[in-house]
Amino acid sequence: MIAFSAPIVDYHALAPELVLAAGICLVLLVDLFVPAHRRWITGTISGLVLLGALLPVVTLAVLGGDVRDVLSGDGISGRYVVDNFALVLKALFLLSGYVVVLLSTNEIEDGGYYQGEYYVLLLSSVLGMVMMASSRDLVSVFVALEFLSIPAYMMAAWKKRDRKSNEAGVKYYLLGVFASAVMLYGMSLLYGIAGSTKLSVIGEKITLSGPRTGIEVIAVVFVIVGFSFKVSAVPFHTWAPDTYEGAPTPVTAFLSVASKAAGFVGLMIMVYLAFPLARDVYRPFLWVLAALTMTVGNLVALKQKNLVRMLAYSSVSQGGFILMALAMAFTNGSEESSLRAIIVYLIIYAATNLGAFAVVIAVARRTKSAEISSYGGLFNYAPGLTVMMTLFLASLAGIPPLGGWYAKFGAFRAAVDAGGGWGYTIAIVGAANAVVATAYYITVMREMWMKPVPEGADTSAVKVPASLVAALTITGLATLAFGVVPGIIAKVGSLTDLTGAFHG
Amino acid sequence: MLINNFLVLGAVLFCIGVYGVIVRKNAVLVLMSIELILNSVNINLLAFDRLWAESGNNDGSVFALYIIAVAAAEVGVGLALVLLIFRNRKTIALDDLSEMKG
Repeated sequence: MIAFSAPIVDYHALAPELVLAAGICLVLLVDLFVPAHRRWITGTISGLVLLGALLPVVTLAVLGGDVRDVLSGDGISGRYVVDNFALVLKALFLLSGYVVVLLSTNEIEDGGYYQGEYYVLLLSSVLGMVMMASSRDLVSVFVALEFLSIPAYMMAAWKKRDRKSNEAGVKYYLLGVFASAVMLYGMSLLYGIAGSTKLSVIGEKITLSGPRTGIEVIAVVFVIVGFSFKVSAVPFHTWAPDTYEGAPTPVTAFLSVASKAAGFVGLMIMVYLAFPLARDVYRPFLWVLAALTMTVGNLVALKQKNLVRMLAYSSVSQGGFILMALAMAFTNGSEESSLRAIIVYLIIYAATNLGAFAVVIAVARRTKSAEISSYGGLFNYAPGLTVMMTLFLASLAGIPPLGGWYAKFGAFRAAVDAGGGWGYTIAIVGAANAVVATAYYITVMREMWMKPVPEGADTSAVKVPASLVAALTITGLATLAFGVVPGIIAKVGSLTDLTGAFHG
Repeated sequence: MLINNFLVLGAVLFCIGVYGVIVRKNAVLVLMSIELILNSVNINLLAFDRLWAESGNNDGSVFALYIIAVAAAEVGVGLALVLLIFRNRKTIALDDLSEMKG
């Protein structure tokens, strides 16, 4: 038996999580004691909590330096750490969480849904994501994944009386739980191979030398399958369009950006730390997933009539580009450019997609519809929203000088850096898809700018609430700035010890 | 003691669970099948835990405890969702969940 010795906790490094946890309790209590007509205050508090949790992230980044072990002690060191990689992603999750709070404020209040509980769940989910960025152990990866998923299942079904929302929640729940069960089976085999749940130990045990055993193949494939559901990679994407359409729109924005990014972060942590030397297993698998995800996502998006559903398929296909960069990691020393490409892609995609959903929410307040045809002649009565939507769609399509082109550029560079048959073919598949994708983004633009206003539509000027204006400003500025001055984000991606710290 | 016996038991339970998830049309039975998969994972973990016990490592049993706790939370949410569906539709057959297509 081993005697238990309490680990030493680095409270500064743990501060973002602590602030969030305290914030969750605070929102719960406020919700309990505040009369119903003032419950909107829970939304304000949640926004402040998310920004408050950002403070320690900033101070940790300023202090900089090496990897900080949040928990250090006998056998525990290196399992939950804070490094530059974790800090960048924590900031991303907290800020996307903040924008989602801005998107939710009016939607949740006007809809008459439970407000306090909604924000508690949102904060819990963000807490899970923040934990995911720091996890370097199978147990903490699993707990973080469930922590971010379980509240999201409930949020998807938030419109209690709405049959579509119920269906969205149940589909998301059943597939998500099934996927995490399959992933756990893979993880149990990983533990069996390595004798430790620490990812870096597993990474040393799964090597390239010697014959590949069946148990290693099953373990790696099952873990990737589990995360593929989370990032809605084809053929594991079937829940995504239905859930996105049925869930309340702010929740859809949250799922398609933050939850998806967290899935990719988990997948990255596994690939980079636990099986960097198993590329003979994961490269073909991720390669096929990436090619399928890009192609199928795009082709189905082409024929969508509902904008939210179209954005769902577009987000599936955007995920394919991230998978492309990930599939090519550890091929001809391309791991650093892949890592940067993925992080930059996640950041830019978050800004752009949240912005697109902000416009959808603002327009739906007037038209009560997300059908693409209801956007006809939008420019006539909501010129500002039309310009913003055009900006976001052009960025999603990857048209310079908007953020999206820089994200795509990074992903392609990672694939070309890797080179060889695998790298060049996937880059060609990606390039073809980038062209196809432009088609459906342009359809929406044509609808807004050139088509006449539908019969009987109210064409007085659209009032956009202040919180949505704030969300549109943040996302719009980010989308523009990342594209015009990619230097600011390239700096984030080229932190010298990003990969170095990874192996700490 | 052979670890194989436990791993085979785990693998069989896993297969039954996956079969149940794919074939069953009743939401509650699908939930039960998922529990079966989680239990097969726990059996695996505990078997491996014994295998690696000599190296002074308890990761497996710790992991199993976490899975038990999280699975309980998951099923709580799952049953709540099933209740929600039942209240609105008077059925929990998964085939009837087809409001959205394409």
